[in-house]
Amino acid sequence: MMRSIKQQPFRAAVLVLVWGWLLFLVLAPNMLVVGASVMTRNPSTFISLPLNLEAYRQLFNPLYLDVFLHSLYMAALTTLICLLIGYPFAWALSRVEKNRQMLLIFLLIVPFWTNSLVRTYALKLILATNGLLNSALMSLGVIDEPAQLLYTEGAVIVGLVYLLLPFMILPLYSVFEDLRQDVLLASHDLGAGRLATFKNVVVPLTLPGVLAGVMLVLLPAMGLFFVPDILGGSRNLLVGNVIKNQFLDARNWPFGAAASIVLTLTMALLMFAHRLSKRRLGEEGA
Amino acid sequence: MTKTLLSLSGISKQFDGKTVLDELSLTIDDGEFITLLGPSGCGKTTLLRMMAGFEHPDEGTVTLSGVDITQTPPEHRPLNTVFQNYALFPHMSVFDNVAYGLKMEKRPKAEIAERVEEALAMVQLEDFARRKPHQLSGGQQQRVAIARAVVKRPKMLLLDEPLSALDYKLRRTMQVELKRLQRELGITFVFVTHDQEEALSMSDRIVVLKDGYIQQLGTPREVYERPANVFTARFVGQTNFFPGRVTKIEGERISVDVFGLNRELSKPSFRVAVNQSLHVLLRPEDIRVLAPDDIEGVAGKIVERNYKGSTLDSVIELEDGSHVMASEFFDEDDPTFDYSIGERVRVSWVDGWEWLLAEEGDEPLTDEEELAADDAEH
Repeated sequence: MMRSIKQQPFRAAVLVLVWGWLLFLVLAPNMLVVGASVMTRNPSTFISLPLNLEAYRQLFNPLYLDVFLHSLYMAALTTLICLLIGYPFAWALSRVEKNRQMLLIFLLIVPFWTNSLVRTYALKLILATNGLLNSALMSLGVIDEPAQLLYTEGAVIVGLVYLLLPFMILPLYSVFEDLRQDVLLASHDLGAGRLATFKNVVVPLTLPGVLAGVMLVLLPAMGLFFVPDILGGSRNLLVGNVIKNQFLDARNWPFGAAASIVLTLTMALLMFAHRLSKRRLGEEGA
Repeated sequence: MTKTLLSLSGISKQFDGKTVLDELSLTIDDGEFITLLGPSGCGKTTLLRMMAGFEHPDEGTVTLSGVDITQTPPEHRPLNTVFQNYALFPHMSVFDNVAYGLKMEKRPKAEIAERVEEALAMVQLEDFARRKPHQLSGGQQQRVAIARAVVKRPKMLLLDEPLSALDYKLRRTMQVELKRLQRELGITFVFVTHDQEEALSMSDRIVVLKDGYIQQLGTPREVYERPANVFTARFVGQTNFFPGRVTKIEGERISVDVFGLNRELSKPSFRVAVNQSLHVLLRPEDIRVLAPDDIEGVAGKIVERNYKGSTLDSVIELEDGSHVMASEFFDEDDPTFDYSIGERVRVSWVDGWEWLLAEEGDEPLTDEEELAADDAEH
């Protein structure tokens, strides 16, 4: 390939920019977090020597283990609900006529234009004791007195699902778009009914989208601390709340950093699984 | 004695108010190789999809071996399809692709393995069982698609333009292989194509379709030599349309005036009257190009010559301005014969090789007229 002299400085500039970005804004902060996690808590300077693994040992404190497991449970439930709604949604979306498809995707993206914090407050107004949902249910005669909706685990799950559903739908939509209709017809043609076709063809071919969606929902669902802050009260904490509290309230930076790293590693593990599933489908390296 | 395998009767189908098939009826015999031939949009693919069960007719019935299967879903029809773009399962190995249909039948493992091996051997892909479809060439993927469809031993194999994605040479090879497979398996093949050459060389019978109607149903020879109408004559191969006029009718013989030449022909199957105009059809290979001093034929000059390897194709302009296409084989006496543009010749043809067609009310334009009309528009 011929490279003109004019193109070279541009190429160099782009490379410097990208590598600079990765180095200073991705690698360096993460190394700082790793560094902080192996240092000792210090009330005045936040962190100090000596190096130790005390923070990681603390993670196994039953109290925090409980929070972590409960957070994982809520995130998993959120992911499952997003998947159950998102999967048929994305399938239907990919089958809609093209023009309308664009409109529906646009509508899916519109909420992103409003800050998620603001939208969570809006949800609070709906779920409040004298909020929209309770008033509606009462005037319909479904319930006699306001139900306790806010400050429950359910409210946190609703909030998380509401904020994260588009992140499940979009990758699923993309795999359904690539799912060729004649492959499904071939399955029927060879004697498979709807269920067998779904199990043997649709699920394996959309699995990369499922994993991508799970990745985009599960991890944020453990970190979106403002959702329990606004909707969940004090009992329904996420790992994100623990991290935030350690940094801002408890001033235990090493512990907050260690918790962050555990989250990041969980994410990395999921991404690795996603890569494996893609390779199995032969999408990489023919 | 041939026996009917599949019959379609009174099939109509509309998509978005547009009629694709109109009261079409067709019977397919057991063991034959039948081709649905027509331009795109003629309904040939819709017809095939109806046999497969992917589409259901608005009206009419589909019967297979005497059983009405009009509303039977594809998974319960003993027919299999080879798709245009193969439609292999990308996440499965070649073996699993071919085994899929047998697994759905819940066959024992040993039987599946044996039958898959057998099917792969038939398409010469025994060594590729562990590969994934994306590791195969187009021609190999095509073979997997065929193996996957025949492994279930269907009563009928439906092929939807299966060779259209392959290059010319591979197409020719696959044409021969498909014929061999059909002979070996003894399965009825229904083959959809828009390629008339492919249709002529492979089929026992050809169904020529246009706008949802059957234009002609016959053997390749019938369709080529005795086209039923102007569309078929134009669509299948190249044809010279000469204007003829009936001058005399005597029993089973008629006299026709073509370019001032008087030709004695057998009476056609349609009604003729004296002074009626009709089409006299001659294939380019039926045309004889004679020396300018010959006493026979019509005078003209060469306006185009194309060397085609085995033939020399030329276009001769007659004195009235009409064009005649001729295709001549090189013979051993004169292997270097050629024409120069502008060379004077005379055009004739073998007596009795003409085919007569009645003039039709709404005849399609010839290519030249179409071009002229296009030019006029721009």
